[in-house]
Amino acid sequence: MRNTDTRALKMILDLGRIDYEECYMVQKTFVGKRRLGEIDDSLILAEHNEVFTIGRTGAMDNLLISNETLASIGIKILRVDRGGDVTFHGPGQLVIYPIIDLKNAGKDLHRYLRDLEEAAIRFLDAYSVSGERVYRKTGVWVSGKKIVSIGVGASNWVTFHGMSININCDLNFFSMINPCGMKDVEMTSLELAGGRKIKMADAKKNILKSFKGVFGIHNGEYNYREAVLA
Amino acid sequence: MTEVKLPPIAEGVNKANVSYWHHAAGDNIKEGEDLVELVTDKATFNLPAPASGILKEILVNEGDEVKVGQVLAKVE
Repeated sequence: MRNTDTRALKMILDLGRIDYEECYMVQKTFVGKRRLGEIDDSLILAEHNEVFTIGRTGAMDNLLISNETLASIGIKILRVDRGGDVTFHGPGQLVIYPIIDLKNAGKDLHRYLRDLEEAAIRFLDAYSVSGERVYRKTGVWVSGKKIVSIGVGASNWVTFHGMSININCDLNFFSMINPCGMKDVEMTSLELAGGRKIKMADAKKNILKSFKGVFGIHNGEYNYREAVLA
Repeated sequence: MTEVKLPPIAEGVNKANVSYWHHAAGDNIKEGEDLVELVTDKATFNLPAPASGILKEILVNEGDEVKVGQVLAKVE
């Protein structure tokens, strides 16, 4: 039977550990297919190798280390077409890229940002960690420390980019930037905030549950696969 | 001549900033392809070309603040 729920993620693609640029190409492929109606709303999960990215509203001053230092530690900084400022991605951070056609979901980009926060807060709740919003700031905090960063894009209402959740990543990299352009922001991770070891595979299961609650995942056509697109 | 106008992109939000033009004046453009990117809060929005033709005139620059309903460009 065909699902008629317009807010249902029908494909989950887990790319595992993948370079940011390669994953970006996969996202863009999905966006193109979604816009043509060739695929349904989808969710891409990934973990990236170390990289700094800077969004459209970002300033290079928010990178606190020199290009020489960056080069010496072998980490790139990429300018990307999402909203927001500079952020870090690396192993131990779960990155979620929803490819959703918001034409079916109210055509409201800010509502979408709040929905992503809601999915993150429900995810943290599964670990008895209390996530909070901060007025006029996008993202999720735990006891005043930032744990989830959000920056999205949309192409004629089809979303790309998304949200990163620090599971057990090395937070030292964040000291090399003003995360999201904010000075004196302290970062935390789920392991630090929850006080116990967390496995990435477990985090992936729980984020799917929370997305199911907020965005809907239609069980009948739910298709999980650990694969990189050819 | 078709006008490219900023649609509402979030409830209660009546403005955005132009962040990137995918095309320059004089370019041939196709209906539906990304024409101009706008940014509001932590979100960018790519507005598609409303018609195929020549991008006749760009009326706002990258960095400009624009209002919902404002004409951003003209396509002929």
